Amino acid sequence: MSRIRFSRKQLTLPYALFLLFFVVFPLLLIVYYAFTDNNGKLTLNNFVSFFSDNTKLSVLLISALIGFGNTALCLLFGYPVAMILSNKQYNNSKVIVMLFAMPMWINFVLRIAATRDLLYWIGINGGEYPYLATMIGMVYNYLPFTILPLYTTMLKMDKSLIEASYDLGANKRQTFVKTIIPMTMPGVISAATMVFMPTMSSFVISDVMGENKIQLIGNTIQLNFDQGQWHSGSLIALIMLIIIGVTMLLTKNVQSQEDIRGSLW
Amino acid sequence: MVKKILAKAYISIMLLFMYAPLIVLAIFSFTNTQNIGTWNGFSFELYHLMFKNKDIMESLYNTLMVAIVSSVVSTILGTLGAIGIFYSGRKVKKSMEAISQIPVLNAEIVTALSLTILFVFVGVEFNFITLLIGHVVLTIPFVVLSVTPKLKQMDPSIYEAALDLGATPNTALWKVIVPEIIPGVFSGFILAITLSLDDYIITAFTRNNSFQTLSTYVYGATARKGALPPALRALSTIIFVVILIVLIIVNARTKNNNGIRKEQI
Repeated sequence: MSRIRFSRKQLTLPYALFLLFFVVFPLLLIVYYAFTDNNGKLTLNNFVSFFSDNTKLSVLLISALIGFGNTALCLLFGYPVAMILSNKQYNNSKVIVMLFAMPMWINFVLRIAATRDLLYWIGINGGEYPYLATMIGMVYNYLPFTILPLYTTMLKMDKSLIEASYDLGANKRQTFVKTIIPMTMPGVISAATMVFMPTMSSFVISDVMGENKIQLIGNTIQLNFDQGQWHSGSLIALIMLIIIGVTMLLTKNVQSQEDIRGSLW
Repeated sequence: MVKKILAKAYISIMLLFMYAPLIVLAIFSFTNTQNIGTWNGFSFELYHLMFKNKDIMESLYNTLMVAIVSSVVSTILGTLGAIGIFYSGRKVKKSMEAISQIPVLNAEIVTALSLTILFVFVGVEFNFITLLIGHVVLTIPFVVLSVTPKLKQMDPSIYEAALDLGATPNTALWKVIVPEIIPGVFSGFILAITLSLDDYIITAFTRNNSFQTLSTYVYGATARKGALPPALRALSTIIFVVILIVLIIVNARTKNNNGIRKEQI
């Protein structure tokens, strides 16, 4: 008769239980609350009232537009930064890379408020220009999250392929479009996923920068939270979960295509 | 040559954009005006005001408490979990790894709302413990993500060797596995601390309303209220300087370590 032996596998148990209670179960509750009313009765009312409410639909649309806009702007400004930083001809020190990462360490609310105060001083106030101020705040906040994944991908990039492209007669533009962009695609995708959903669901930036004139999905959920409207809040959260799930599937496909191409070589 | 100058100029402009708000705030922390942009002689008055302000001091203390306690819990639970998952069978491994990803990929506001609904559903009052749970959910996946690669790099035969030499599995775990993965555990802990210090959304949803952290205090003092209260300019400057010093020390230390390693080789 052997004693019950202590096993390394059992170390998973506390962690698994924690995830079950505080990650999986709460998400199931979101689904449950989205399809019930205050009396706990099953209903599609939350669903119907969301999709028949034009203001709520326009919030969804504006959030998506601001999300896309911010992702595009961050990539536009961040891509050249990452290229320059990862190019040994221009930059040899890790210090400048660190400088781009450092704002992420400073309290987020404090940073956003500082940006708002500075913009106010130079005449761009959120009361008059809510969209401009919000977009500047978004780019300011998410730029480091774009630069870092792009930078790490570009460091790992095989530089000889770029030379090969030139040797085979491609000009600078062709090399950039056909060689450099495809090779940095994994970085672009991870940067985009780090910017798009957080932008859509943020409420602090739109609240502080846009002086409460811009409603994003995040603001709507926060409002529901303030008013204790768990059921309609859950429905919006569920919609966001679905959007996140779909983008995950799409980007996974792109990545596996990359793998396939990689394995062909 | 021209390209190099252009590259440097672009990097400088982007850095200026990233740091302008913090630098302007720092400059105007040395004068006692209500808003930035007006100067009323050099003084340390705002620093006095800040240290005398009980609310600010209390919120700083609370922020540090939450960050340290939640990161310790996350690090212990997450490290044990990572070890357990690593030695589990393929099925358990796959599903645990997938579930661990959920809080990373999910929008923070959805995680926050799902936890709120859990606490409302179970009927517990919001207190320090609910806030801690929120922060552990936020940070624990990052501990697991930084420990797991170290486990993969480890030579599996050294654990077997310890057992062959008569160590109990428990001793082998503590004396062999833990020392091997300690760098990953440490970086997971640091990551957990920084995420917790910076957090606003989960904090706002899972705290008791009378409990202020730095983020909730600043948000309450600034959102929909115009400019930052002057004393917070001093606080922002102190945080900026502290983080700058920490990063310089860390940078210098890693440089030294690399130097030592190179000499050894």
